[in-house]
Amino acid sequence: MTAARLIINEIKGYHRFLKFLMALVGLGALASLVRFVFGLGATTNLNDTYPWGLWISFDVVTAVPLAAGAFTLGAITHCFHIKKLEPLVRPAIVTGFLGYSLVSVGLLLDLGQPQRCWHTMVFWNPHSPMFEVSMCIMAYTTVLFLEFLSPVCERFGYHLPLRILRTLEMPLVVAAASISTLHQSSLGTFFLIAVDKLHSLWYNPLLPLLFWISAIFSGLSIIILEATMTHKWLGQEDESELLETLARIIPWVIGVYILIKAYALFFLSHGPFFDRPGMVALFAVETIAGVFVPFFMFMRKKVRTDNRLRAIAAGLLIFGLVLNRFNVSMYGMIHDGQVYIPSLVETLVTVGIIAAEILFFVLIAKYFPIFEHHPETVDYSIPDHFRKIEKEHGEHGKVGSEA
Amino acid sequence: MSSATNDYSKTRAFLIDTTKCTGCRGCQVACKQWNQLKAEETSFFSGEGYQNPPSMSEHTFTRVKFKDYQKNGQNEFAFYKEMCMHCNEPACASVCPVGAFRKTAEGPVVYDAKRCIGCRFCMVACPFGVPKYEWSKAFPLVKKCTGCFSRLKAGLEPACATACPTAITYGSRAEMLKEAEKRIAARPDRYVKVVYGKEEAGGTSVLYLTHQPLDELGFKQVTKRSLPSYTWQALRLVPGIFLTVGGSLSLLSWFTHRKDRLKKEEEQRQASSHKAKEENQ
Repeated sequence: MTAARLIINEIKGYHRFLKFLMALVGLGALASLVRFVFGLGATTNLNDTYPWGLWISFDVVTAVPLAAGAFTLGAITHCFHIKKLEPLVRPAIVTGFLGYSLVSVGLLLDLGQPQRCWHTMVFWNPHSPMFEVSMCIMAYTTVLFLEFLSPVCERFGYHLPLRILRTLEMPLVVAAASISTLHQSSLGTFFLIAVDKLHSLWYNPLLPLLFWISAIFSGLSIIILEATMTHKWLGQEDESELLETLARIIPWVIGVYILIKAYALFFLSHGPFFDRPGMVALFAVETIAGVFVPFFMFMRKKVRTDNRLRAIAAGLLIFGLVLNRFNVSMYGMIHDGQVYIPSLVETLVTVGIIAAEILFFVLIAKYFPIFEHHPETVDYSIPDHFRKIEKEHGEHGKVGSEA
Repeated sequence: MSSATNDYSKTRAFLIDTTKCTGCRGCQVACKQWNQLKAEETSFFSGEGYQNPPSMSEHTFTRVKFKDYQKNGQNEFAFYKEMCMHCNEPACASVCPVGAFRKTAEGPVVYDAKRCIGCRFCMVACPFGVPKYEWSKAFPLVKKCTGCFSRLKAGLEPACATACPTAITYGSRAEMLKEAEKRIAARPDRYVKVVYGKEEAGGTSVLYLTHQPLDELGFKQVTKRSLPSYTWQALRLVPGIFLTVGGSLSLLSWFTHRKDRLKKEEEQRQASSHKAKEENQ
């Protein structure tokens, strides 16, 4: 009783925006309940012409690259050893862990037989990109969970698991990067089977590679956007110097993306490009507003050093990515005549999932040492000698009490 | 998915001569009866022309499409029996994450409802738009033509082929291909000189002969390559990429961290020796 009252009092103290988010999450949960009671056919606008809709296009195909910040930044910080970026890693891991957990929720809602989801682990079909992706998502969510456990253990002062997690840190970073490489690209492989269905502006054999590269730059953009917003609204530290470093990396990645996309478009694509004006318009918006404009913006020092402009460029890049994933998985699929517009239930669920991502992020940031993680207070190096861990103990106690 | 190694000439195949089809739709009825499928409430002209129901669905595994055309100023009909093509290398079987689809040695591509998780990837992948979903159910599964695998096992021919009075011939794929070529050679004016299904999607177990150009009849333009090969050319790289990325990142971090570790140890050694010196003094 008192515990419940404590929780209620705690929630009462939350900002209005958080309460609004909670309402959205509640609505989404209600909508998913409706989906299970009445079935996919009755509650969604999916049909035999559009077997995949908003839930696959956004909750899976788009959400996965949006959660790519964790593996990208992990690899850059730890493998390439750009140590100063460390304060950004934990928020990225939290975003990634939440993102992937919610991808799993979206995927389960979309399955006709969600109670059989364990079948993928039993009946293997290595020829299926879906099998590949679902195995990777399960593995990677576990990795992210383990990485996420670090701040949790610090919060509660569990030193023994912390020691194990510290030992596992580098293997986890490497595993995260390699697993992510596989499933980010395999999401592109999904659409390689749609040979005569996907419009030739998007269909080419390099789709998996393009998906992977665009996941990298959009993951970094999300980190920029997120850090700018948490600085502005959550009163967290200004990391603009670090974001500037990321902004210097991004145009290189976009450059490679543009080169490969151009090569794939001019040398590996078959079929007409300009037969459907709608497709050309979508492609133009995606490529110009979502790739070239942020590319040239990030190339300018003025943009990289200005908080607002940098966030705008990152936002454009994310817009381009979202549009690209929708083009590949929904708009670009050639269907005769029929139009698909997501139903109310589909929309509410997706909005609820986005709200949940933001809500949980803010709450986790509120209660766990996500932003306090600075290399000057915590020793990051692999504990290869026992005494180093001993040394760490004292410092963790300090961090815990601060939080 | 190796197309070169597998020989499909002995699998059973349908030869559907659309020029001989009378549009009686006996095949549709036979299919419904054998598979115990529900009737659909439909109305005439709900789809294109006289065809009914308007499309294949969870309750309709095959249906005859009607095509109006003019010949010597006369209105004529052309018919096209739509059904699962039972591809030699089926896209549905390759994309299914739980391997619910299987190309049998007898020819039909069969579906194991007990494995299916309902992800609908087969529907996205199928170039012919064959697998259909039980949209009417809360926990839907996929439905499609079974090629009457259970009848084959019992030594019978598929229900539609048995019911058809004129157009469907059933036998080994090699024989059916030979028969098709023979008919085209014997009556060149009667047929378009293409056997649809011979090479489409890497070859199928349903072969069509037509009088009309294929696209006019509503046949989908489909690649000649087997569909699984498109995804496999990327997926086969998965283990290699995993090892390459994992290996190179491990190596890279070992080097980048090594410098750091050495530096730190050096500092510590110096500090301790310094301390020791101080103590000695």
